[in-house]
Amino acid sequence: MPWRRETYKKIKQIPSDEHVFPGTALCAGCGGLEALRLAAKVLGDDVVYVNAAGCFTMLTAYPFTPFKGSWLYTTMGSAPAGAQGVRDALDVLIAKGRLAKHENLKVVVLGGDGSTYDMALSSTSGALYRGLDFYYFCYDNEAYGNTGMQRSPSTPYGARTATSPCSLQHPAGTMQEKKDIFEIWRAHTPPYIATVAPRYPLDLEEKFARAAKFTGPKMFLALSACPTGWLYDPGETPEVAKLAVETGLWPLKEAINGSVTHTYIPKRKPVEEYLKLQGRFRHLFEPTVQKEAIAHIQGSVNAYWERVNLAERAG
Amino acid sequence: MNQTDQMMTGNLAAAWGARLAGADYIPAFPITPQTEIVEALAKWCESGAMAARFVTMDSEHSMMTAAGAAAATGARVFTATSSQGLLYAMEVLYSISGWRAPLVLVNVSRALAAPITLEPDHNDVLAARDSGFLQIHAETCQEVLDSILMAYRIAEDERVMLPVIVNLDGFYLSFTREPVILPAPEQVAQFLPPFRPAHLGFKASAPHALGVAVLGGTPYSYFRHQMHLAAMNALDVHRETAAAFERLFGRRYDVVEGYRLDDAEDVLVMTNAFASRGKVAVDVARAEGRRVGLLRLRMIRPWPADAIRDALRSRRAVAVLDQNLAPGQGGILFQEIAACLYDEALRPRALCSFIGGLGGKNLSEGEFRAIFDQTAAAGARGKGIGPILLYTEAEHREMTQLQMLATTQGDVNRET
Repeated sequence: MPWRRETYKKIKQIPSDEHVFPGTALCAGCGGLEALRLAAKVLGDDVVYVNAAGCFTMLTAYPFTPFKGSWLYTTMGSAPAGAQGVRDALDVLIAKGRLAKHENLKVVVLGGDGSTYDMALSSTSGALYRGLDFYYFCYDNEAYGNTGMQRSPSTPYGARTATSPCSLQHPAGTMQEKKDIFEIWRAHTPPYIATVAPRYPLDLEEKFARAAKFTGPKMFLALSACPTGWLYDPGETPEVAKLAVETGLWPLKEAINGSVTHTYIPKRKPVEEYLKLQGRFRHLFEPTVQKEAIAHIQGSVNAYWERVNLAERAG
Repeated sequence: MNQTDQMMTGNLAAAWGARLAGADYIPAFPITPQTEIVEALAKWCESGAMAARFVTMDSEHSMMTAAGAAAATGARVFTATSSQGLLYAMEVLYSISGWRAPLVLVNVSRALAAPITLEPDHNDVLAARDSGFLQIHAETCQEVLDSILMAYRIAEDERVMLPVIVNLDGFYLSFTREPVILPAPEQVAQFLPPFRPAHLGFKASAPHALGVAVLGGTPYSYFRHQMHLAAMNALDVHRETAAAFERLFGRRYDVVEGYRLDDAEDVLVMTNAFASRGKVAVDVARAEGRRVGLLRLRMIRPWPADAIRDALRSRRAVAVLDQNLAPGQGGILFQEIAACLYDEALRPRALCSFIGGLGGKNLSEGEFRAIFDQTAAAGARGKGIGPILLYTEAEHREMTQLQMLATTQGDVNRET
């Protein structure tokens, strides 16, 4: 069954109001910021962003903040625990009449892949287990970005980073497979999980609108094309981000109470078209073409979509 | 005064402190020897005896994050931990004080791994001495409860706005029953005003960005200096708070406690529950004709330098009995006492360092006698000694036997 958007059908429907203002220290062409900007159009201003250490920590720098909403920087590993504290305190204060109901806020964790895929697993699992009513927004640029692009568990096979350089021993650079955080989250069966990509804004806005109907954890994984780390010109972010989806490398999907639907089925361009654009994959093409490594990447993508075909035809 | 009294453990007294203070939020995680605190609170929150939300978190690091975030949102927060749990949360302690979010954390002291053990010493709580949390160390179960009530009032005072640790010794106080008077809730209400922080809170009509990055040493130093000044304000605030407490409840607490100090020639300095043993040792020594006394430090942060100088000025000799050890340096409190006495014209002739009670190790009559003897001799010579690592012959024999059992010898015949 093809997935249909119910609320956001046309670009014109995307609200024009901005909730994340320009002038932050983030890199030009930051795909993560693009995704956040779009998400904020649905989330609005009545939010408190609870941040884990990462690129987005630089969004606020004393005395400036780009948000009309609130912000609390916690630690790299425990932003979901911070979200727990804020949510519980707001509930208690409202219940005891110390805070008026109209002062209530949505609680939104902002964490990069570095925090999300590793250090924050304990606090995230705890929040999912307790059914915390919050949003989790992970901007995934596939490495520890703020510290200069070191390998994180979200770095895909074949990408080189500062701590997984390509060598004779490790010709592909990163030899491990990208950790499947979507499945880790899904094992907790929260009400809502979705992957999003800013180059598919209607898909993104629709998912935030859908999530709003649920009480409990609403988990988002946003493709964050990263010119600084992936090594391409910032102006090319749209093309790179689009190809990530069109090659099938970044599936667009949602899981409602654990049940998965893919929201966009790409025709699947060859992965080479995507890999060729980025300096972090250059070693796969120069000085020689690493056919095995590229085939490995293509093979993983093919296998993934084979499983999707089988599952969604059966379901 | 409408107060009831009952026998209760230090842990239950701590739980009562949280309950009487009207805590709104209790993020929790179990760890020996504090677990009974959170069990009591869970029971009361579940039954409605306490109007607070109780949440078991996934770790102490998460627990303290939730605690600080909730306090930063405007809730009155209570939590408890020990030892490994306190250290697991250590980075968060610095965050909470940096957020200027008041809350009360009870630490039930327990010696740190490795080797892993359950019994008390003070390396855990003292590891937090630079975190920006204030610290009050209690000797009795009554003092635990009273210190929690006082801690909220001090923490939430506009001149302070810093979180507070109240420490009690594991096992020796946490599981020991003593008579405790429970203050009446109406009187606590007179003592402790509601928590209405002007500078904290997240609400739709008043967005707030807290804990933002600062770039450059200028803003960072400014905020850190402010924390120090606020912590120093706590000395005055404690004095006012203690006076108000005494008026309402009849019990008086100062930043230090003197025991038979008036005409003491030599003074023994201790903290926490083992100070009770120190007082007994002072009585024994006095009966033998020695003019000795004991100074119990109650407030560790802010450091009560004036009170310490006042108590130790003009003494012949002072023995600091640290129930903690900084390997490669010695006793932690010894160093801080030495520093605040340096410029004192009438400082004691000898400042002596003793290390005892690590991992709850017994402090015997013989060890106390040795402390007083050696301190007196040092006073006569005019030069301090130490750190002396206290250990008896009997304990050495016991340890040797344990080591023999633990070691296999290559040429021992083994029956199969």
